[in-house]
Amino acid sequence: MDGVPTPLRCFNECHSAAMFVDDGVETVTSREQKKVERSIEEVFSVYKQIHSLPQPTLLREQHYQYLKKGLRHLSDAYECLDASRPWLCFWILHSLELLEEPIPAAVASDVCHFLARCQSPAGGFAGGPGQHAHLAPTYAAVNALCIIGTEQAYNIIDREKLLDFLMSVKQPDGSFVMHVGGEVDVRSAYCAASVASLTNILTPKLFEDTTNWILSCQNWEGGLSGVPGLEAHGGYTFCGTAALVILGKEHMLDLKALLRWVVSRQMRFEGGFQGRCNKLVDGCYSFWQAGLLPLLHRALFKQGESELSRQRWMFEQQALQEYILLCCQNPTGGLVDKPGKSRDFYHTCYCLSGLSIAQHFGNMDLHHEMILGKEDNRLAPTHPVYNICPEKVAQALQHFHRLPVPDGNRQPGASADASVSDPTANSGLGDHQS
Amino acid sequence: MFAIITLPTVVLDATANLKKHELENVSCCANVNVNRLLLSVNAPHPCCQWPRALTCTIYHAPLVSRQEIPPVFLCFRDRKEWADLEPVPQDDGPNPVVKIAYSEKFSDVYDYFRALLKNDERSERAFALTSEAIELNAANYTVWHYRRVLLQALSKDLREEMRYITAIIEEQPKNYQVWHHRRMVVEWLNDPSEELEFIADILSQDAKNYHAWQHRQWVIQEYKLWDDELDFVENLLEEDVRNNSAWNQRHFVISHTSGFSDAMEREIQYCLYQIKKAPNNESAWNYLKGILQPLGLSAQPGLLERVLELKQTHCSPYLLAFLFDCYEDALENSKENVAEEEQQKTLKKALEICQLLAQEDTIRKEYWLFLGRSLKNKHGSSDPSDEPLADDPEPSVPVSEQQEMS
Repeated sequence: MDGVPTPLRCFNECHSAAMFVDDGVETVTSREQKKVERSIEEVFSVYKQIHSLPQPTLLREQHYQYLKKGLRHLSDAYECLDASRPWLCFWILHSLELLEEPIPAAVASDVCHFLARCQSPAGGFAGGPGQHAHLAPTYAAVNALCIIGTEQAYNIIDREKLLDFLMSVKQPDGSFVMHVGGEVDVRSAYCAASVASLTNILTPKLFEDTTNWILSCQNWEGGLSGVPGLEAHGGYTFCGTAALVILGKEHMLDLKALLRWVVSRQMRFEGGFQGRCNKLVDGCYSFWQAGLLPLLHRALFKQGESELSRQRWMFEQQALQEYILLCCQNPTGGLVDKPGKSRDFYHTCYCLSGLSIAQHFGNMDLHHEMILGKEDNRLAPTHPVYNICPEKVAQALQHFHRLPVPDGNRQPGASADASVSDPTANSGLGDHQS
Repeated sequence: MFAIITLPTVVLDATANLKKHELENVSCCANVNVNRLLLSVNAPHPCCQWPRALTCTIYHAPLVSRQEIPPVFLCFRDRKEWADLEPVPQDDGPNPVVKIAYSEKFSDVYDYFRALLKNDERSERAFALTSEAIELNAANYTVWHYRRVLLQALSKDLREEMRYITAIIEEQPKNYQVWHHRRMVVEWLNDPSEELEFIADILSQDAKNYHAWQHRQWVIQEYKLWDDELDFVENLLEEDVRNNSAWNQRHFVISHTSGFSDAMEREIQYCLYQIKKAPNNESAWNYLKGILQPLGLSAQPGLLERVLELKQTHCSPYLLAFLFDCYEDALENSKENVAEEEQQKTLKKALEICQLLAQEDTIRKEYWLFLGRSLKNKHGSSDPSDEPLADDPEPSVPVSEQQEMS
């Protein structure tokens, strides 16, 4: 509400009691954590001095200009993302849709044409024209096209070939490699489930054993790891959980243990989330971690949990908004990991996505908003499974579910790529499929 | 045009640790630790056209002292041994989006990469070019894939490739492709003998590198190298008892070797010992809970008492949460002979902890209140004298009145 500003948690005189307690045992972990807390404390303190009435403001115009420019031109600093250009499209388009900035039709059309050039003749999308297909840019491209949401955009996707591609990266144990001859981790299951469900190419064979493989990634900490055996991690936990939600199997997780793990990842002092226990806060986990709470809320509800709140997610929504608005905004546009870090489109996307999650509780039927600062800070809601706006999800599902599910008569894991330019040729040489 | 390099007038000290800025403008060498190199005088390299000079046998690139004129990179389009190949410019289309302002060098290298890819050329020069392309963007998985095809097609020396990938990972330890490539080479060689030491070196620079741990677990499991790993973990925990990756590795090793049944008492002791030293170390508490949970926290005799003792001198939100978990487990898994009155006492203690945590661990207030409501709903008696939890803005609502969450 624009009337009386909400008192900020971080200005509470007791807030410094929330700082890290090192018990007099100094280690690298405690040193790094305290360093970050000091820099956050500085940000809070400066903000307090400048603003007598704390009304954190989302720098809409600055972010908009940064995004608008990036959608067309990027400096050579982005050479390192030359194999992730559909990601750049998604990060930027999603940020713009959260800011409720319209995408001009000409721009949308240009994005469609570009992504069409990133589509591999063998199916799926690559990091750039002429590169090999990879599940991550495939996820990003499909999401970007769904954000655009026009017939033109939907028609870019070759559904039959996309199914072929997914089958070609499917492994006998239920997992997926990220690309032919590539590595396995739980991101791949999410990317595959996301695009398959949105474009209606889900077949029973496609996700055979995938549920069990994902479940084997839940570890002793309660969160999920990238592959079985590793440490629980926010990004992988989101991917595994969201994939299971898509497959309708999220109830097979130990939801209570997962819930305990994720709520414990919110930092007492900073208000943002860490990716792993005893590591540092990072703005991108505002989505990967906080985004789990809507998923768990729904999962617990479906299980018959009667004590769920009808107004709030089970994380501190205000504290997260404070962290993002006060600590993660670059004054010249774009958002960041933490103070002192450079802006980039990945952090811009996920900080804004997290801000949206923190602002909006519920869904279309039951909706409760909690906007910190000006009403103008309000972002569009985002779908916690796909991370595009819920209307765009619904629209895409409606479009693609009118189409028949393709045949998918290829065998899973069919290619061991030896020919460089044709990833589906099978000649006996080539990479070991992990 | 490029500068002609003569033999360096200053012979480099073999122990010098050359940094990238000292090798600026050397096209195929970066951040090379001279200790690992063999220095020799070589013939001019077909790629670089360097005249006789001291070269690095990994990159076939010359090492020059700072006093020398730094050489300039010669574009592939100006190299006569590449004249037969027509470069393929990137086809972004007429109205590109997310257009990257590539440097001239980047465009040059990748124009030629695309040409090689198009022809599926399998040659030495193609292999050398992949090094260039990787240096410019080590995340280009298409280039890595092509390099692997060439490694096999040209029967390249895989030991040399190990040296190469070692250097690349040292420079860029947080990249997916480099670790995957290393794994492939190790598999082809079927030789993990360097791995544990190499990974230990990477971890000495960043003890929580996820890729490093992933590679380590793969090597250990694949080649059954379990023997020294628990010691390795203990050393890391000695250095930083808060290293959650090390705690995870501990769990990994024990699960796959002795299992937790025999080791349980020792592990509990270890946790409590670490907790006494640093009571606010969340990792130790999570580990304790993690190893006990499968059997049930209340199944471990005397544990609750030990923790209640610790509460006096070493209290923390983690201790309180652990106590809650003990009480909850007792309620969930109560044996038939536990009286209803006993249950209600346990419930009361659990709810008190929830209240306390809602006040102390305020960032998780919403969660602790939910947990209390949920526990009460599940195990509470229908006693009307029960007080609702303070600070609870939302008394429980019957399921039928709950809004549909689609």
